[in-house]
Amino acid sequence: MSRLLEWLFGRLPIGWLQLMHRRTRFGAALAGVAFANVLVFVQVSLMNSMSLATLKPYDFFQADIMISAQDANSLSEGGNVARQWMFQAMQDPEVTAGMGLMMANVSWPRVQKTLTLTTFGVDPEQSGFLSPGIADKVALLQLRDSALLDRLSRGLPRDEAAAIRPQSSASFEVSGKTLSINDTFAGGGGFGGDGYMIVSDQTFLDLFPARSSAAPDHILLKVAPGADPDAVAARLRKIITDKALRIRSYAAAKAEDLVYQQTKRPTGIIFGFGVLIGVLVGIVIVYQVLSADVADHLSEYATFKAMGYPRRFFLGVVFEEALILAFLGFIPGAIIGTAILTLMRKATTLPLTMTPGMATTVFVATLVTCVVSGAIATRRLSAADPADLF
Amino acid sequence: MANTDPIMVRGLNHWFGQGEARKQALFDINLSVVKGSLTVLVGPSGSGKTTLLTLMGCLRDVQDGSVRLMGHELLGANRALTETLRRRTGVIFQAHNLHDSLTAMQNVLMGLQVHGLRRTPETEAAARHMLQLVGLADRTDYLPANLSGGQKQRVAVARALVGSPEVVLADEPTAALDREAGLAVVRMLKQLGQARGTSTVMVTHDPRILDLADRIVEIDEGRLT
Ligand SMILES: Nc1ncnc2c1ncn2[C@@H]1O[C@H](COP(=O)(O)OP(=O)(O)OP(=O)(O)O)[C@@H](O)[C@H]1O
Ligand SMILES: [Mg+2]
Repeated sequence: MSRLLEWLFGRLPIGWLQLMHRRTRFGAALAGVAFANVLVFVQVSLMNSMSLATLKPYDFFQADIMISAQDANSLSEGGNVARQWMFQAMQDPEVTAGMGLMMANVSWPRVQKTLTLTTFGVDPEQSGFLSPGIADKVALLQLRDSALLDRLSRGLPRDEAAAIRPQSSASFEVSGKTLSINDTFAGGGGFGGDGYMIVSDQTFLDLFPARSSAAPDHILLKVAPGADPDAVAARLRKIITDKALRIRSYAAAKAEDLVYQQTKRPTGIIFGFGVLIGVLVGIVIVYQVLSADVADHLSEYATFKAMGYPRRFFLGVVFEEALILAFLGFIPGAIIGTAILTLMRKATTLPLTMTPGMATTVFVATLVTCVVSGAIATRRLSAADPADLF
Repeated sequence: MANTDPIMVRGLNHWFGQGEARKQALFDINLSVVKGSLTVLVGPSGSGKTTLLTLMGCLRDVQDGSVRLMGHELLGANRALTETLRRRTGVIFQAHNLHDSLTAMQNVLMGLQVHGLRRTPETEAAARHMLQLVGLADRTDYLPANLSGGQKQRVAVARALVGSPEVVLADEPTAALDREAGLAVVRMLKQLGQARGTSTVMVTHDPRILDLADRIVEIDEGRLT
């Protein structure tokens, strides 16, 4: 290691030798960096899985524009939208199709646990609004009281989900009606419900008699090929007289939902804080170690100054130490972080994984953090004055 | 020929402290050091020997008067010049100030590395030779913690001399050495002076070293006598 660093820097690896000389301090520093890394990993991965979970239901549908109520920050939130706005929107020459989307939670009481399923009611005639994996099975939705179930629902055994076929359907009672699950699709548990379910609008209204087809939760629109959804949405905002409605391109709606989840909802804010705390812990630990190390070597540094070593040499030593801490602390941090995420994934079924992109981001952040701490620690270097040596 | 003297001090005054506490430590010092000579600086404690030495080695900023080191004026010298001149000067301190995580060999190599020399068989041989000269051939891979006080001081001497400095400044370098070792170090410095033209200024109280001096300079209460 020492030889490798010497070859790398073209000088004796003083930083490395210095760190190795104080093993206990070095070990504590590495543990600190690793701990900060684990903290950031878990938080970033939670945040990441929250984004995935937030955006998941948007993938069930294919639309260009979404009209929602003012208070509807996500697909599963907020008031209704009058269907008349859909008809009004469709008068725009570039709007080619429209569909009302209904949403409600359905409980499936099971032996171990009741599953909460976020259920969407769609028009089976408008299969163009459904993603391919769901549109394939749209014929099944046309049957009365028939449903497609999210086979990745939390608390649903995988083998049981796999057994659900049109020939061997499962069923359960909802508000006095028997709902048949005829097939499945890939969703995935989020932070809200345990999973998703898709039914036809007719079935939906049977399950929720209080709801009306004239007031869906969202309106999805398609635009003509080549038309710009944002431009059409802007036009619709002018045409549609209810100015309180949120009329956005589908992509913008997704993006706004994500920002909302990450910055306005307590979970998102807490994760953000977790990352911040991890970074602060990292900065403080690395700064402490590096500045203590500089303080311990002031007279040696002063000697080197007296010998004619330039300022950049000392900065180099401190940054060398910072980079070593970043590298060597990241490795156990990543290993422990992955292990913890694996355990958490098993326990929650949230999509908690360490992606290479995440690992790279955290690593770069670790480097930056260590270098920043190193930069602060170098301020102590000026205390090394060769005139004080005698 | 005076212009080629490696150290020339003219009208040098130096003060410590600010305001009321301001106190003059050096008064109108005039001194020239001849190339290749061994100059010994003597004087009572607090007379200003160390102050003068640090000013000559550009380890302290010159306030008033002139110090020319190897032809360069130190009054108002910038950092780049200071660093260059420090590299051409070997300094030996009372305290050894070895780097505790580097072996004797690595500490000596630091004296070469400052000149941009990487570790090569040649530089290692030079460092080894220097350690041999100070009698530490069998201690090259020891950390300072495993060396005696005298041995550490000899490593510091080797570190100061390995880069073939043109000027060597030493502040009681033999204080931590036994008599024989101390004398050996000074003889070595003197030989270096004769062989390579190295000029040495040394503060010492050791009377036997005075015998080796080419010139003895006495200082008392900040004035040369
Ligand atoms: N950093 C300083 N701040 C204030 N006064 C100082 C400082 N360094 C030295 N002095 C004062 O300057 C005077 C000369 O000190 P100097 O260290 O040069 O003496 P010296 O001849 O080397 O003494 P010694 O033989 O004890 O080493 C002394 O009166 C000392 O108190
Ligand atoms: Mg002194």
